[in-house]
Amino acid sequence: MSPPVPALPTPRDVYFFATCVVDMFEPEAGLDAIAVLEHAGLRVTFPEAQTCCGQPAYTTGFPEEALRVARAQLDLFPEPWPIVVPSGSCAGMIHHHWPRLFAHDAELSKRARDIASRVVEFTDFVVGTLGLDLADADDAPVKVALHTSCSARREMDTLRSGRAVLAALPGVELAHHDHESECCGFGGTFSVKHPEISAAMAGDKLDAIAATGCSTFVSADCGCLLNLNSTLAKRGTPLRGRHVASFLRERLRIASVEHGP
Amino acid sequence: MSAVRPVADPLAFKDNARIVVADPVLRRSFRGAMDFLTDKRAAQFPDVAGFNRLRALGESIRQYALANLPQLLGQLEERLAERGVHVHWAENAEDANRLFLEIAQRHDAKLMVKGKSMVSEEIELNHRMAEHGIDCVETDMGEYILQLDHDRPSHIIMPAIHKTKEDVARIFAEHIPGAGYTEDVNELIAIGRRALRDKFATAKIGVSGVNFLVAETGSIVLVENEGNGRLSTTVPDVHIAITGIEKVIAKLEHVAPLFTLLTRSATGQAVTTYLNVISGPRREGEKDGPREQHLILLDNGRTQAYREERFRATLQCIRCGACMNHCPVYARVGGLSYGTTYPGPIGAIISPHLMNLESTRDLPTASSLCGACGEVCPVGIPIPDLLMRLREAARHDEPVAQQRKALKGQGGARRMLEVAAWKGWRLVYANSRIYRLVTWLATRCRRLLPGRQAGWTGTRVALRPAPRSLRERLAQRRPTPIPMDDTSKPAA
Ligand code: SF4
Repeated sequence: MSPPVPALPTPRDVYFFATCVVDMFEPEAGLDAIAVLEHAGLRVTFPEAQTCCGQPAYTTGFPEEALRVARAQLDLFPEPWPIVVPSGSCAGMIHHHWPRLFAHDAELSKRARDIASRVVEFTDFVVGTLGLDLADADDAPVKVALHTSCSARREMDTLRSGRAVLAALPGVELAHHDHESECCGFGGTFSVKHPEISAAMAGDKLDAIAATGCSTFVSADCGCLLNLNSTLAKRGTPLRGRHVASFLRERLRIASVEHGP
Repeated sequence: MSAVRPVADPLAFKDNARIVVADPVLRRSFRGAMDFLTDKRAAQFPDVAGFNRLRALGESIRQYALANLPQLLGQLEERLAERGVHVHWAENAEDANRLFLEIAQRHDAKLMVKGKSMVSEEIELNHRMAEHGIDCVETDMGEYILQLDHDRPSHIIMPAIHKTKEDVARIFAEHIPGAGYTEDVNELIAIGRRALRDKFATAKIGVSGVNFLVAETGSIVLVENEGNGRLSTTVPDVHIAITGIEKVIAKLEHVAPLFTLLTRSATGQAVTTYLNVISGPRREGEKDGPREQHLILLDNGRTQAYREERFRATLQCIRCGACMNHCPVYARVGGLSYGTTYPGPIGAIISPHLMNLESTRDLPTASSLCGACGEVCPVGIPIPDLLMRLREAARHDEPVAQQRKALKGQGGARRMLEVAAWKGWRLVYANSRIYRLVTWLATRCRRLLPGRQAGWTGTRVALRPAPRSLRERLAQRRPTPIPMDDTSKPAA
């Protein structure tokens, strides 16, 4: 008989790296992610000095500027705890690109690699690491589409975790949309450097999502959500996308963190 | 295709794209064509692990070849010379065209038949030859249609993918004597083939491109479906092949994996109808084949990509076109919008070396970096990384880290306003005190932000910060009770 596989210790503490978009534009998503983590019994530490992973400058051709900003985050996670990020593409930036960004400096590179190894995207953390039991969640029937950010899907495998979380939620029917894995047209500065192309991509994505007849769609990336929801608001249609953490908090009937535990 | 033709200049990319994106008929037709190609490819690579293994092999074959490029080119030239093939080196388009002209004049040739060759497009062979009274006829059906219509290829594998069958019917009826108007596709192909047969029989020179050059055997490998490549390289007395210097590979056994990666990625075919392995001109006692054979090896900026380690992977390309077929930007703007010989993701990474980074500066930014191209590339070119490096080089006048020399047109997209904006961004985001002040102010003044934000608000509502930032809201929350057995600090 083979020995029982020892269960991985479930962490008690986690860091929360909110990302600049969540901090300034989508604080609800951050609060909801923290609420879910606390509901799971974790203590969440939000390092006060955090700002941004550096991705916007990095992808636009200003890696030096990105490096300075990333450098300012390196000292913020001294404990060996997981670093939960409610945005797959930012998690991907830290996980894949920080080690490269700091490759020229052995000391910084070591720290960047340490952080990179602890970074985990929120959904992946909830279903993969925590294995949070979602069976008791609200089972009111709802049809939901899933949009995965491209870099997150490729770098952090968020299609798997996104589908897993929706599949584990009772009452939730996943509505597959046409060209599901195609980009929503955000792409950071791409959306303003090539506005017509970006708009065409966002338009097609939303048409495909709307065609499923879903009542909402979820994503683990606030960049995509800003793009899609801003487009929907201009269209004047009621459909909106939600951060997966907000959807999850609601289905789990957890009170918002602001109302206390 | 709509009445307005995209301008053949990469600086016109944004204008071209705007027109195409606004045309629903074109959009539907591109989408349909790309879906067809991506589905066919997907059917050829049913299992991801298998694809990844084959791709790793293809990648290493190409990397090995590039790592040994000078030696392999030397070996290739020797082997070809032994087989009686004349090898020529062309530094740029002008050199290459001069070589063509010299050979044509020596043979007093007024007609050339040409199999599909993107490198010949790159040097604008047809136009240059026409200036000297030499008719260079395209024999690939797609290219032939375009030539009749004075149009340009919009895809490296399916050059006329932007033409409908109605377009072709009109073009043939107008330009081929005796051809009536028909929209029957088989009939149209038959008309085109008949018109081309005569040309093969009378041309003194046949021109072709090359898919792979094998250094150890001195073989010129040509992959095709229509048979026009075989005819162009065997019927006329003289065969001239032209290709870029990066096409060389070390061994004959390297052809098989690259061939299968190419055909499956390009057209979703397990094999093509023809695979030509050309090993020199007609020998004593042989009854057919060209009497004279030439290979023109073109640099035209490739050595710049070769010189710079961080751009070298660009040259791994085997021109399968899969990156275009999967690109959401290409699918919306079409190939002609790019205004370059090579459109789509491969065009965006190679054109800056072939032309210069200044005139091609809008191509590397024309990507959301979604990564679809890199995911399907059969030789593992990290296209999104290369796009980012080109963006960087276009925004810095001096060679950046890990760059040996400035690229042609380095700094071609550098604008003081953008540089200043990122410097300001760095100042704020690298300093948490300033950052907190700025977010505090931005959230307070959210209503004062402009309702029109260039580039963003055309189809979206304006971006406005939330009334309070996450960190403020966390700071205001009721403190969570701290478990007695622990003193470490909980959230906020
Ligand atoms: S870059 Fe890759 S995918 Fe694109 S044409 Fe070249 S080999 Fe094919």
